[in-house]
Amino acid sequence: MTYMLGQEQLDAIEEVLLQDLFDVGVNCIFLIDTAGNVIANLDNGEIQHDIYSLAALAAGNFAAVSTMAKIVGEDEFSLLFHKGEKESIHFSKVLMDFLLITIFGKGISLGFLRLKVAEATEKIKKILESSCAP
Amino acid sequence: MAFVNLKKKEVQAKIVYYGPGRGGKTTNLEYIHHKFKSRIRTEMVTIKTHGDRTLFFDFLPFDVGKIRGYDVKIQLYTVPGQVKYDATRRLVLRGVDGIVFVADSMAVRREKNILSLRNLQKNLATFRKSIFKIPIVMQYNKKDLAEQGIPLLSLQTLEKDLNSQLKAPSFEASALTGMNVVPAMKKIISMTMASLLIELR
Repeated sequence: MTYMLGQEQLDAIEEVLLQDLFDVGVNCIFLIDTAGNVIANLDNGEIQHDIYSLAALAAGNFAAVSTMAKIVGEDEFSLLFHKGEKESIHFSKVLMDFLLITIFGKGISLGFLRLKVAEATEKIKKILESSCAP
Repeated sequence: MAFVNLKKKEVQAKIVYYGPGRGGKTTNLEYIHHKFKSRIRTEMVTIKTHGDRTLFFDFLPFDVGKIRGYDVKIQLYTVPGQVKYDATRRLVLRGVDGIVFVADSMAVRREKNILSLRNLQKNLATFRKSIFKIPIVMQYNKKDLAEQGIPLLSLQTLEKDLNSQLKAPSFEASALTGMNVVPAMKKIISMTMASLLIELR
């Protein structure tokens, strides 16, 4: 299934990412679909991650974890998060077909990040639902 | 599930190389990576076992250039071919827009090709996709082995076994030498883009 997003929706999504997440100190944020396509991404300019490879791996990782959840009788695991020494990565599902990936450093606590991600996710849901996305 | 970004005027689509284990799917992507080094700025991503077999997938992003004013980015993936990795193979198919089926031309692999094609049909069905409707190209790989005297399946046999119903464009190829790797990729890209245009209308 092919879907498209216009200037207005993408601007609105980027605004949410900027205000709700970037401004609280997240290093890199990207919204992808479960096929691994990159919809929107923002970073602080200091890090040069290969976003397309990250998106493919993140989509695969999330899909693998979701399948593991089903095998053990869970609908899904509510927290998917990898902690590193300097950088950590957090995954959040948005509707059925999208994922919000956040890369953040030591300056932000996981609890605060989850709160902000939850707020941003609700706003992005509304934007995507109003578009022709799947 | 291709994505059209109207703001950036960009299209992203997913093409998956599918086929039996040790058939040459990863070698296809390695050849493409090597051949188009100047246009592919990133490294190829591979998730493989210690024994060098694909465990989850290989991934290669490929900028095709502009088509009708849109920048086209194709994401090339391979699946793990081994039978036991069916669960992960299915995950890679999520959101697929086009398929290159890499069959192994060696006579001893005849049965494995047929089983893999049936497996593709079954796995596509889990995403409510039909093998008869999705853009697909057949690639009969390892033709270079003929020179070493290894018994290979004839084109007629491969077509009868794998393509009698699908009637997809087919290529005799060698991923190792590069023979027909790029034509098969170009064909699936053009079929996928044509299919996306029809869908968007």
